[in-house]
Amino acid sequence: MTVNFSLLALDQILNNAVTIPHMSGGQFAIPLVIRMATGGGRHVAAQHSRSLEGWYAHIPGLRVLTPATVEDARFMLKGALADPNPVIIFEHVMLYNMEGDFPSDMKEVDIACAKVRRAGRDVSLITYGDSLFKALQAADALSSEGIDAEVIDLRTLRPLDTKTFLESVARTRRCVIIDEGWRSGSISAEIGMRIAEEALFELDAPLRRVCARETPIPYAAHLEDACLPQTETIITTARELVKPS
Amino acid sequence: MTKKVHLDHAHLLHLLKAMIRIRHFEAKCVELYQAQKILGFLHLYDGEEAVSVGVMEALTPEDAILATYREHGQALARGVDMRCLMAEMMGKLNGCCRGRGGSMHFFDRARRFYGGNAIVGGGLPLALGVALADKMQGRPAVTACFFGEGAVDEGEFHETLNLAKLWRLPILFICENNLYSMGMAVERAEADVDFVHKASSYKVAGEKVDGMDVVAVESAARNAVDRIRSESDPYFLECATYRFRAHSMFDAQLYRSKEEVEAWRKKGPIERFQTWLESNKLIKPDELSAIEKEVDAEIAAAVAFAEAGPLEPVSELERFVTMEEVPA
Repeated sequence: MTVNFSLLALDQILNNAVTIPHMSGGQFAIPLVIRMATGGGRHVAAQHSRSLEGWYAHIPGLRVLTPATVEDARFMLKGALADPNPVIIFEHVMLYNMEGDFPSDMKEVDIACAKVRRAGRDVSLITYGDSLFKALQAADALSSEGIDAEVIDLRTLRPLDTKTFLESVARTRRCVIIDEGWRSGSISAEIGMRIAEEALFELDAPLRRVCARETPIPYAAHLEDACLPQTETIITTARELVKPS
Repeated sequence: MTKKVHLDHAHLLHLLKAMIRIRHFEAKCVELYQAQKILGFLHLYDGEEAVSVGVMEALTPEDAILATYREHGQALARGVDMRCLMAEMMGKLNGCCRGRGGSMHFFDRARRFYGGNAIVGGGLPLALGVALADKMQGRPAVTACFFGEGAVDEGEFHETLNLAKLWRLPILFICENNLYSMGMAVERAEADVDFVHKASSYKVAGEKVDGMDVVAVESAARNAVDRIRSESDPYFLECATYRFRAHSMFDAQLYRSKEEVEAWRKKGPIERFQTWLESNKLIKPDELSAIEKEVDAEIAAAVAFAEAGPLEPVSELERFVTMEEVPA
């Protein structure tokens, strides 16, 4: 099911599944796992292209997972099924055809922590889902210009692993948050605010974001491309932070 | 096939007492609300007591119940401890939900009472899930799902009835038709006010019963539950009833006349049943006064229990936002 259709089930997800354990004083647990397809890029227009994982990450009581790699897609489900609470797994539509190997003895992955997918010294690119691969591409391009970017894969949007990205920002002193959700009231805003609250004096440059444009996602390919975060925008935003023109 | 309710003397007194218990409990709640010891919304069941009392007679402790935000009657008739309900009303830690739910959100896992739900129609999909779980795990339980006629306007009603029939789930749907969804008269909200007909469009069998007649409700519910158990099939029971008071505590009631309310009050479930018992010499005056005395003593004890209850420490506020484990 795509996240767009989940709006029809929102009463049951939010008013019931997430609320009843707390409101009943702990009488009931709701061990529920919902897998949702999220994100744009397939030219299927607004009602199939939204990224609402940041919206869901607003809700206490939910665990919100955003696997981007093959092993996370495979094993986060196992961790989610073991959780006594509601978990939503957001799988980006552009990643479904990805192929890859994982170690044959691999049995599980952590579902609580972000991961550094590429170490770097000059700027932290903080992201998740399909944008992870755009950020990694951007980091490769930036390295040819002598800019060493670190790439953080958030993996879980709630609870948010603040520690990993704060440590990264403390090392690089610059940060770009890449989020396919709309900028206003987004998970990128939450991450930026946590950095401002906890690590403002570690920064050598203003916080920057690359988000979706604030419109419904259009069908036409050139408009959709213009809407979504792109590698080139990440490169120029990061470059501007490290080597201001 | 229709089974008659066995109306021995003890059962008649039991039905009367169960209704009086709800009515007096709520009258005390109004006092406590005016004294600001109960806050927020307070949706009174005044006038509708025969529905929950009659239906509950047909259920066993293994059966499950889902109700609405007007669920004081269902909780009391189900046997949820009155003291815990009163404490919940007052937001106390010894309430049935630690004071977190209040009037609209009573839960009691031990009695399979799955809420209180402040969303119109919100309990219907839950009932489907509870019944599906029972069926898949081989538990021979019936799920009784109470909702108002306003819920019939919601998509969740139609989705639930469809799947209940398709999957042949043992659900008793009880539509408490009190003629008004808040201030919206039923004929202003519904293109078709024949709810049994609506249920039949999903091939769910049903009937309409006089919801002001506790014996009629009990009889219909017993037959319905027998049928649900024997055929593993949902059933729809519309109970024609009336709410004597405001929707919640603040409601100018401009949508209906005082005369209409008065006319319904005269055929109220307690008034009518008690008059019938008295005119047929089935209850003695001292039996009635004994019932009232017992009920009022229970209510006084519930208020004392609630008054004495502690508040949940604020340090516990985030407890159960996520659960450490699924309760056994």
